[in-house]
Amino acid sequence: MKTISLYDKLFKVAVYVFCIVVMVITGFPLFFLLANSFKGMPEYMKNVWLFPKHIYFGNYQAVLKPSFLRYFLNSFIVSASGVMIIFVCGSLMSFAFSKFNFKFLRALYFIVIAGMMIPIHTTLIPIYTMSNQIGTYNTRIGLILPYVSFNLPVSVFIMTQFFRESPKEFEEAAMIDGASKMLFFRKILVPLSASAFSTVGIYTFLNMWNEFMYALVLIDATEKKTLSLGIRDFYGFMTVNITAVLTAILVGSLPVLIFYFVAQDKVINGLTQGAIKG
Amino acid sequence: MAVNQIRSMERKKLFWLAIVCIVPGLLIYGFFNLLSICKTLQYSTLDWNGMNKGLFVGLKNYAKLLKDPRMSGAVAHNLVLMVTSICIQLPFALFIAMALNSVTFGSKFFRTVFFLPMLFSTVATGIMWQLFFDPMSGILMKFLKVFIPGMKNIAFLADMHKAMPAILVVICWQFIPFYMILLKAGLANIPAELYEAATIDGANRWNCFWNITLPQMIPTLRTSAVLSMVGSLKYFDLVWIMTGGGPQGATELMATYMYKKGFVEFEMGYASSIASVMFVICFVFACCFLYVTRAREE
Repeated sequence: MKTISLYDKLFKVAVYVFCIVVMVITGFPLFFLLANSFKGMPEYMKNVWLFPKHIYFGNYQAVLKPSFLRYFLNSFIVSASGVMIIFVCGSLMSFAFSKFNFKFLRALYFIVIAGMMIPIHTTLIPIYTMSNQIGTYNTRIGLILPYVSFNLPVSVFIMTQFFRESPKEFEEAAMIDGASKMLFFRKILVPLSASAFSTVGIYTFLNMWNEFMYALVLIDATEKKTLSLGIRDFYGFMTVNITAVLTAILVGSLPVLIFYFVAQDKVINGLTQGAIKG
Repeated sequence: MAVNQIRSMERKKLFWLAIVCIVPGLLIYGFFNLLSICKTLQYSTLDWNGMNKGLFVGLKNYAKLLKDPRMSGAVAHNLVLMVTSICIQLPFALFIAMALNSVTFGSKFFRTVFFLPMLFSTVATGIMWQLFFDPMSGILMKFLKVFIPGMKNIAFLADMHKAMPAILVVICWQFIPFYMILLKAGLANIPAELYEAATIDGANRWNCFWNITLPQMIPTLRTSAVLSMVGSLKYFDLVWIMTGGGPQGATELMATYMYKKGFVEFEMGYASSIASVMFVICFVFACCFLYVTRAREE
């Protein structure tokens, strides 16, 4: 009985055409970066759209220098240590908020969660002046701590919700077996919450990796700059050499892109969940 | 008696344990978030260049702010950003999500590509699009010339009337994928029986969309809308990289104006009052957000 009408077929085709158009718009820049990173400027001027006729490695030579790799290292140090601090401080706080029954904790929880509503830009000037006063201006730790602070509310929110949903039986069983509260936290609660940690980790890591405004204000020395600043500086003194700039953008985005292609669902989930909650 | 004593001792131990768990995080949070907000509010009452002692001027900064045409322009641009975010990004995102849902072959591949714009950092996106928009060597101009030969070069980012639309295009490019994923998750939650029942009753696709998809998607759309509202009020990075608020303030936002006042013109007190206004506006919107999501949960 079931026949596919002409109308249905047309609809199907239309949907595919639409998807392909969107694919070109969203995917084209990556193709463009990739193709043009292997062209020298003369070829770029003649042939923008297609793959290079002569493979040219000069751009990569210009980008992959110690000075540029330094930015990677800095971004990595800042983001990784930021995530580590968030994991430790955030999970401990969430543990207290979810498994302890004291009145003042509820109030504190709301104060911390309210931090999600504070636009971080409004704290820029005081943090700048304070970092000058306490001498953390131009240091990585001076950047890491504010990052941790801004990402803490979302992280605590996600983790507290997750901890609250963990079955009570586990805790009771652990108590009966004579485990202390801390032991239960370390040996049972944390291992059980891997998915919450991965959401928090991915979201906050990418946040810190891509952050721009605070890095711009708090870091001045070239050897301490993060990738966002580095790409911008590179663009600043390479303006005419467009293909080199494109290569820098590609290389700078590569770690995140590779991670995305490896663990796509995790990345998408981490980014969207983190943002909805935040 | 003894049992009670043990219990209260136990409780005291737990109390201190809770304190120990909380303190490290709370110190960082309290110092950088809570204290900083208070300081911003305090600075906003000063006439201060960041170096000297600062002179208390009360609410004069706010009075000046009310009359500042650059500030009102910035607020207007933020509102434009907000409206386009909601009126352009969300419908597009919904269409793409629906298309993705009805594609059977290669839907995973399409999703992979559709999400790509979210993976570039804002700095990378901004510089890349700046190069695309370039009047001489930019590919957008070259692309247009294929269709309209002999077209004059347009400097998108240097033209007062074209800079804002150009920025909006980039923002849409960057954020539509994000809302697409959100809305796609919402679409997956609509029970398939609804569509089956409607088809049996003779409804076509159009009816299904208006009478099933859209009403069922309202909660997700509402969350997305508020999310994009709050996001567009504090927008900074992309605009700062692409135009720096120019040409002639055509793309100035509250955040870029604050940055300029504070770190270019060194009017830290005045900049703090802009920050305080931003804080209040964002806070009000965020409270609405909480209200909306609460209403949804109940």
